[in-house]
Amino acid sequence: MSADQTLLAFETDCHIFDGCGFPAPGLHSFVFEPLFTIGGFEFNKPMLLAILGSLVVVGFFWAAFGRAKVVPGKLQMIGEAGYDFVRRGLVYEALGKKEGEKYVPLMVSLFFFIWMMNLWSIIPVASFPVTSIIAYPAGLALLVYVLWVGLTFKKHGFVGAWKNMTGYDKSLGGILPLVVVLEFFSNLIIRPFTHAVRLFANMFAGHMLIVMFTIASWYLLNGIGIAYASASFVMTIVMTAFELFIQAVQAYVFVLLACNYVQGALSEHH
Amino acid sequence: MTALTHLASEEMENPLLPPMPELIIGLIAFLIVFLFLGKKLLPNINKVLDERRAAIEGGMEKAEAAQAEAQQVLEDYRAQLADARHEAARLRQEAQEQGVALIAEMRSEGQRQREEIIAAGHAQIEADRKAASATLRQDVGQLAIDLAGRIVGESLADSARQSRTIDRFLDALEEKSVDVTKAEATR
Repeated sequence: MSADQTLLAFETDCHIFDGCGFPAPGLHSFVFEPLFTIGGFEFNKPMLLAILGSLVVVGFFWAAFGRAKVVPGKLQMIGEAGYDFVRRGLVYEALGKKEGEKYVPLMVSLFFFIWMMNLWSIIPVASFPVTSIIAYPAGLALLVYVLWVGLTFKKHGFVGAWKNMTGYDKSLGGILPLVVVLEFFSNLIIRPFTHAVRLFANMFAGHMLIVMFTIASWYLLNGIGIAYASASFVMTIVMTAFELFIQAVQAYVFVLLACNYVQGALSEHH
Repeated sequence: MTALTHLASEEMENPLLPPMPELIIGLIAFLIVFLFLGKKLLPNINKVLDERRAAIEGGMEKAEAAQAEAQQVLEDYRAQLADARHEAARLRQEAQEQGVALIAEMRSEGQRQREEIIAAGHAQIEADRKAASATLRQDVGQLAIDLAGRIVGESLADSARQSRTIDRFLDALEEKSVDVTKAEATR
């Protein structure tokens, strides 16, 4: 196993008409050999990217806000724009200024962390969205889930919280038990799952597409295949640009949903 | 079979099952971001944003104060201008009134003087007339007596008789003239 193969995750000497099958990407594209192992703990590339990504986010905001000035520099202005986007566009919008202020740091951190994790997908050499491994979105969704449940119990008390989470409403009459069961499953079991999977699946599929077209561009690079390889390469560029958009959208959606869940926990009616 | 595919086939059974090490690393990575942003960097920027808002509001307050002052000065100036205009109008009015009064006074004074002069003239004429009349009466009497004395040859030196006769004559004369004027008037 050469160093190239570790980096590129497919066989580099394989082309069409060479009697070599298409090395299609698959689930194995998302599994990495450990870079090193400490006491049985296998440290792999996504982990490295996750830590690096958080350092990049902290580094950026440190550079932007570390010595913040009343008259901002360029970097601070960019940071402020991003900060304001999440604060006003997401948190205040969903929770209101008074209620929302407390959750601004969490939501800002979530947004930029997820965005950075997604962005690794199109950064050369890294070329892998950390969020396409379910554990990372799941951890974040779990945080939001715990926050939501905790807030609901804190706000409405034990009985009130259950009523809130199951959509209990006397006026529903006969279908009340059905609604309660459905809402219970929907809110407490399916919702955190979809919250994590929505991000995961988007990044997974996006990465798969990019890898697919990248491998194809290389694989087709023989004889008449060169014509097709160029088309595939163009698609790689197009998908990369599209991913750039999707990455931001998914980070936005994740935080938007988190805000909505918190809002649901804090609202009076259920 | 490379080690990669072997490892993959072993672990890729369910891509939705989160492996624990990744979960932990992911949460740690997020907590790094959350702690730095939540504890240090966002409070930092919030403080600065508040300061900026305060600075902007302070600047606006100053601008508002300056504007209010300018407005005040303008109003004062306008009020002074209006006062001056009123004063000028008042003075003009006063001058006009004084002029009118002066003219009226002078006119009445002239009238008075004219009347005085006329009255004095009248009195003078009257006095002259009376004097002339008295002199005339005396002279006419003397002449008549002299004439009558020469004609009659009788001395009418007796003054008493003299004056009685003259008076009778003159009265008759006056009566005659009055009759004539009466007759003229009636005619």
